[in-house]
Amino acid sequence: MGRARTIARRTFLIGSAAIAGGVAFGVYAVRTPHDNPLRQSLAPGEATFNPFVKITGDAIVLILPHADVGQGVQSLQAALIAEELDVDPAHVTLSFGQPDAAYYNTALAADLAPFMPFDDSRMAKTVRSALGGAAKVMGIMATGGSSSVPDSYDKLRHAGAVARETLKRAAADQTGHDVTSLRTQGGAVILPDGATLPYTALAATAARVEPVTEVSLRDPSEWRLLGKPMQRTDIISKSTGTQTYGIDLRLEGMVHAALCTNPRQGGAMLGYDAGDAKKMRGVIDVVPITGGVAVVADNTWRAFQAIEAIRFDWGPAPFPAEMQGHWDAVAASFIEDNLDKTWRDEGDVGAVLAAETLSAEYRSPYVAHQPLEPLSAVVRISDGGAEVWAAHQLPRFLQDKVAAVAGCAPEDVLFYNQFAGGSFGHRLEFDFITRTAEIAVQMKGTPVKLTYRREEDFIHDYPRQIGMARAQGKVKEGKVEAFALDIATPSVAASQASRLGQPIMGPDGQIVAGAWTMPYAIPHLRVRGFRTPELAPVSSWRAVGAPVAGFFAESWLDELIHAAGADPLAERLRLCTNPVHMKVLEAVAEMSNWGGSAMSAGQGRGVAMVESFGVPVAEVVEVTQTPEGIRIDKVFVAADVGRVLDPVNFENNVQGGVIWGLGHAINAEITFSDGVAEQDNFYTHEGLRFHQAPEITVRGLENGPSVRGIGEPPVPPAAPALANAIFAATGQRLREMPFNKFIDFA
Amino acid sequence: MKLTVNGTEHEIDVEDDMPLLWVLRDVLGITGPKYGCGIAACGACTVHMDGVAVRSCQVAAADVDGKITTIEGLGTPEAPHPVQAAWIDHQVAQCGYCQSGQIMQAAAFLGFNPDPTDDQIDAAMGGNLCRCGTYPRIREALKSAAAKLGAG
Repeated sequence: MGRARTIARRTFLIGSAAIAGGVAFGVYAVRTPHDNPLRQSLAPGEATFNPFVKITGDAIVLILPHADVGQGVQSLQAALIAEELDVDPAHVTLSFGQPDAAYYNTALAADLAPFMPFDDSRMAKTVRSALGGAAKVMGIMATGGSSSVPDSYDKLRHAGAVARETLKRAAADQTGHDVTSLRTQGGAVILPDGATLPYTALAATAARVEPVTEVSLRDPSEWRLLGKPMQRTDIISKSTGTQTYGIDLRLEGMVHAALCTNPRQGGAMLGYDAGDAKKMRGVIDVVPITGGVAVVADNTWRAFQAIEAIRFDWGPAPFPAEMQGHWDAVAASFIEDNLDKTWRDEGDVGAVLAAETLSAEYRSPYVAHQPLEPLSAVVRISDGGAEVWAAHQLPRFLQDKVAAVAGCAPEDVLFYNQFAGGSFGHRLEFDFITRTAEIAVQMKGTPVKLTYRREEDFIHDYPRQIGMARAQGKVKEGKVEAFALDIATPSVAASQASRLGQPIMGPDGQIVAGAWTMPYAIPHLRVRGFRTPELAPVSSWRAVGAPVAGFFAESWLDELIHAAGADPLAERLRLCTNPVHMKVLEAVAEMSNWGGSAMSAGQGRGVAMVESFGVPVAEVVEVTQTPEGIRIDKVFVAADVGRVLDPVNFENNVQGGVIWGLGHAINAEITFSDGVAEQDNFYTHEGLRFHQAPEITVRGLENGPSVRGIGEPPVPPAAPALANAIFAATGQRLREMPFNKFIDFA
Repeated sequence: MKLTVNGTEHEIDVEDDMPLLWVLRDVLGITGPKYGCGIAACGACTVHMDGVAVRSCQVAAADVDGKITTIEGLGTPEAPHPVQAAWIDHQVAQCGYCQSGQIMQAAAFLGFNPDPTDDQIDAAMGGNLCRCGTYPRIREALKSAAAKLGAG
């Protein structure tokens, strides 16, 4: 087991390659539990029953390892435990805990299996199970891929139930009552006479009791919290300015840093002159870091001022300096040598499309993440260790990265995860952490806070991948007869893995995500992914591949349906083979009172359905042509996550996902000139503004076979549904994002 | 120079051109106002100067000529301002990073216009960016706060 973990730490292969590469672990290794990390710091009289629950003499502490980037998952993790433990999440101590292998995430790995999420064949199950097992043995700790809920749903309820039954056992031992006569409520064991014994009063006894592990989970019909509207545990602090984010931290003796690295992402620094900067008020030091320099000062603004006073000589970008070079590279990758995988090939596409066919080309630009909280971190380096305060989605990889800078062992890097002011995938990268560590290592013992200027953050964002699609198709007798989609993008997985120092093998499913899983029985159907060699480095952007490939697929399907003269919703329903997907289409038809894509003059509606992360989401968008441009009036959304655990937060995440998808489709792209991103603040890359936000009606369905996450799936259908609505209203077909290059928006 | 924030007077020694945002955050340790863009494009740094909403990243320390109120001075978790109470009721926040600015903008706006139309709300809130996309809930919360303030 120990050796397996060591191997694993160095060879985690993203994708199905974990199996292909032979990193499959035996049943013994997978079944062997990780040690409970809470035991290491347990004081006398304190009890812990698993890595998620600790009871002290005065507190009930829940460890909730998934990072909260705004999706509300700390609150939901707490509710999953609380449902079984019988505590009020508002009255317990919540913590992200310290990184540990015990907080492995099996759901994220299982979703990397190259099978459709709704494929329940034996082979699919076996590979998912093997990938999940590998993630457990390796202790892969990650927040992403909308996996927090599927990963936590059984695990945390089980943790709560084990703690509850063990506390009841302790109460029986302490009072002499039969355990079957005891019940639990509000953080206490209730004795037969109605007297209450708080869990905290049982800690010392419980510490001596062997955890009761044979527990059964409550039936959903008995739930007090889950499935009902809950108040998020962070909602009061986030409404009163009392929520502390990483950027707000103040440590005793802390200094403030700003940096400047080559604006040509990844390029070298040839030289610099910091003569003026060093003389500025409050400047403590100017220090070299990878690819640039940092200023250390007595406050953030003075560090910003000083960094802007430094003159630099930068090397060239390690990718095409101008956009045309990027598009040319993508266009050149539709060749046999770059074929990553043929994901779908049904009927005889080659023969059918040899004759005269319909065709189109689509484009999707680089797009930045840019959560509103700029990147920041606090690091203090000591002899033999490091402490890090920041918000991050990959805590154990972060330990490895910091350890390499500090020259210590990964386990000697303490990491205090923070609430993030958004992420959307931005906090899967490490530069802001390692650069802070590089500064801190040059001033040991002093806590260093690095804050990115917004402009620095923008131009060093690892954006969403650029992509193109070449589509062909045929219609016959009012129906879609053939659908062929070739998609070319660089591999996000390969780009990210390269920065993790990890090898990557096998095809990248994200190139075609949202397209290859289309549940449509089109007689001749082909989806192929082509891999463009890396251009600008890219990273996972909310929903990763599906906002790109889903836009291509659902736009092209819409074009074919219109060419066939069919109704966009009726034809999708006719083609749909999966009853779960049919239900989301039927739901949005009913919600929007669908009566065809045409509405009154100057108005139109469009529909799109994309499945991502195992969640089918259908959206109907209604638009009106106004003198100021297209106005988005209403959006109707139906999504199936198997079970809606918090209807309020579910609705909020769906609304936000739709706005995220619409806003970036309309007005956001990163373009390069002279190797530098041309957009460096929100006025050139802003997403949707308040006055542009439509009314959004949401319905959660529960027909799916497993419980799924909702952070990302609402994003992909938004862009194609909007493009399809604009076509219905104006007759203009938008095949390239952002749409405001071609049409005005109100 | 002197600065009154949330009813407390502070004596500070900073450059004339240091933005109020950084005086608040790094000199006085008041971190409710957030740094988002530094160019008045996002509104996360919004505070009140004599009741008027201003972008504190654009107000130089030497130009402060009124009493400053930050989100911390508007209300507290125990006694929230009606706008904050509406934000809690409607569970507006996701990441929450922009919400200090959204709430300060809304509170100042409702102070001058307690019964706004949708168009007026659009105009007042258009400068406050929310990357999480909580706009539909902000609109609902703002209207419900207006109703409460009007009734009071």
